[in-house]
Amino acid sequence: MAINRQFRTCPDTGFKIHLPADKLIKWNAVTAVVFLLIGGIFGLAVALTRWPEVHLLDADLFYLALTAHGLDVLLVWIIFFEVAILYFASSVLLQCRLATPWLGWVAYILMLVGALITNVAVLRGDSSVMFTSYVPMKAAPDFYLGIILFAVGALLACFIFLGTLVIAKNEKTYEGSIPLVTFGALTAAIIAIFTIAAGAIILIPTLLWSVGYVGSIDTVMYKVVWWAMGHSSQQINVAAHISVWYALAAILFGAKPLSEKVSRTAFLLYILFLQIASAHHLLVEPGLSSEYKIFNTSYALYLAVLGSMIHGLTVPGAVEHAQRKKGLNKGMFEWLRKAPWGNPAFSGFALSVVMFGFLGGISGVMMGAEQLNIIIHNTLYVPGHFHGTVVVGTTLAFMALAYWLVPVLWQRELFLPGLAKWQPYLFGIGMGLASLFMMGAGTLGVPRRHWDISFADATLSHEFPAAAYLMMGMNGVAALIGGIGGAIFVLNMVGTLLLGKKKQPAPAKAEEETVAQGPIAVSGSAGAVSVPGTFTLALIFLVTFILYYFVNWNYLAGVWGLS
Amino acid sequence: MAIFPPPQRVWWRERVEKTEVLWVTLALTWALVMFFMMPYWHFAGDQNLSNEAYRVNPEAYAAKAEAFAAEHKVREDATSGMPVVHPPAGSDVYMIARLWEWWPILELEKGQTYRLHLSSMDWQHGFSLLPENINIQVHPNYDMVVTVTPTYAGEFSIVCNEFCGIGHHTMVGKIFVK
Repeated sequence: MAINRQFRTCPDTGFKIHLPADKLIKWNAVTAVVFLLIGGIFGLAVALTRWPEVHLLDADLFYLALTAHGLDVLLVWIIFFEVAILYFASSVLLQCRLATPWLGWVAYILMLVGALITNVAVLRGDSSVMFTSYVPMKAAPDFYLGIILFAVGALLACFIFLGTLVIAKNEKTYEGSIPLVTFGALTAAIIAIFTIAAGAIILIPTLLWSVGYVGSIDTVMYKVVWWAMGHSSQQINVAAHISVWYALAAILFGAKPLSEKVSRTAFLLYILFLQIASAHHLLVEPGLSSEYKIFNTSYALYLAVLGSMIHGLTVPGAVEHAQRKKGLNKGMFEWLRKAPWGNPAFSGFALSVVMFGFLGGISGVMMGAEQLNIIIHNTLYVPGHFHGTVVVGTTLAFMALAYWLVPVLWQRELFLPGLAKWQPYLFGIGMGLASLFMMGAGTLGVPRRHWDISFADATLSHEFPAAAYLMMGMNGVAALIGGIGGAIFVLNMVGTLLLGKKKQPAPAKAEEETVAQGPIAVSGSAGAVSVPGTFTLALIFLVTFILYYFVNWNYLAGVWGLS
Repeated sequence: MAIFPPPQRVWWRERVEKTEVLWVTLALTWALVMFFMMPYWHFAGDQNLSNEAYRVNPEAYAAKAEAFAAEHKVREDATSGMPVVHPPAGSDVYMIARLWEWWPILELEKGQTYRLHLSSMDWQHGFSLLPENINIQVHPNYDMVVTVTPTYAGEFSIVCNEFCGIGHHTMVGKIFVK
């Protein structure tokens, strides 16, 4: 087969973009956004049902919508977008042809067909088993089949990414080491391969069980292996969105990482100290020892947590450093005050960094402690936590990148630039509050995945405190605000593609960028760097983290004795 | 810039500046503290799951639970008609989780310790003791033993917090503590 070596030069960035890669990135990104819309609508329906005064859906539709919501946003939206990021971080950043574009289309079709098959199974109503599909609750065989096909497609995309790295090395399209962003994407791809392997190990037997070829599947073993997929898949998201953070810091500010060594080591910690971790989700299950639970969740050192805390300093640190180089040197925070808060690519990025750390990060580590999980497991606190990671962390970071990437790839102006300014705030703050209210309700014992906490048609009943009802109502309002933000994003992206004005070539921009690159790229080595603002913010984060962690131990100490 | 190859080819030899070294040290120290909290609580804390569990056949477990309930039944609950069982302190207490009930209702004494057995007859269920907010996953074919010591008197609810089908939201049980 002839190799397509056609490139175009991007007028905004000067990057040489391989045409087949360009097309694949576009299609994967657009498909991702479509599924974000579908999954988002289901999510809104879920939040409105859990708003006691609204209680939108019937029980069967509620559980159906909840299953579809998890599937379409957590799996389909995020992974389609991550495939686009993998192709971008390899082919575009290394200015290299993409390996086997035809296989990229096979991957795309497998993922799309898989996503559609599973969606049909769920919408049919016989597979409302939730995203986690815990056995022995059984879904129709096509529910599992669709997910398996989707995963095979994603696996192919990872191999294409790796192949592209090899081509770039062989064809010497870059000098020295791959860029940090590509390194982060490589981390994500390596974890993804492990993750998909774990997924295959559990979902293929489950498919066979659903068809009737396998007699039974052990319920604890299912979770041990399923979560080896489920837990590390979240680390794919973290690695991917942190790469996006570094990319946005570089694109928006010309920021250089404080230290390549530290940032790369932090990514490496994700690979070395997270694989086959799954016990975070099994801390109150029978049949597993405490030693196993403690070791599997922490690897004795919590080095994956350390990795994230390092990025938490180095990403804003890189921005501060770049801003100070530009002369924004006054006091502790002039660099931050004078950041482009009206640019959605920046505001989305900034909110994503802060909320991922404070909402998703702290809560996740806290509830992953063996004993603390007793007061958290399966309460609404858990969705509160992961809306703090995958929604205001990952999704918001991806949205921020899209604000830059979509106009650049399509060479069109944003459709609604005025609304776009507000979008990250609406979506980020709306979903951030939803995350907080869910966590709050969870600490009052409100269960997750539950249609009616007033127990209206139950024989025996439990009365939740009024505060729980208030939080569920506030969660509904917050989700509505976030939903409006999400809708504006989708509208803006689709509008830009279909109706956006063609961009006028702007050579001045490219020149400016080379100027900005010069001084920043050479200076800023060890010794010259000072990021007092970022360090102060990091200390505030650490103190919050420590206080919150021990508040929860104190809370645990007050419940019934268990031994 | 992070989107270009590192300008210094030998980037791994660059000296790391002070802020980063300090932060890594602080973060690592905190990570170690968090790790040691878990084993520490096994010695110093009063809330640890025993992880004592047995494989069990659902019918055999149900038979045991029914015999237990028959032996220690004190009355019938007015609203549900379910037996209210008052086991002696320190004894083995059996609770069945099934679509969609927690059976039977228990009556325990404050400050006494019980070996509470939990197992499911069908799908997985979530034992969520409210308002304490103690949450334990209940599996079929596993008999999990939790040694509990109620510290307050009052009426406690058990709400199912693992999705178990269309009647999941009606699955509520009771424990009375005197």
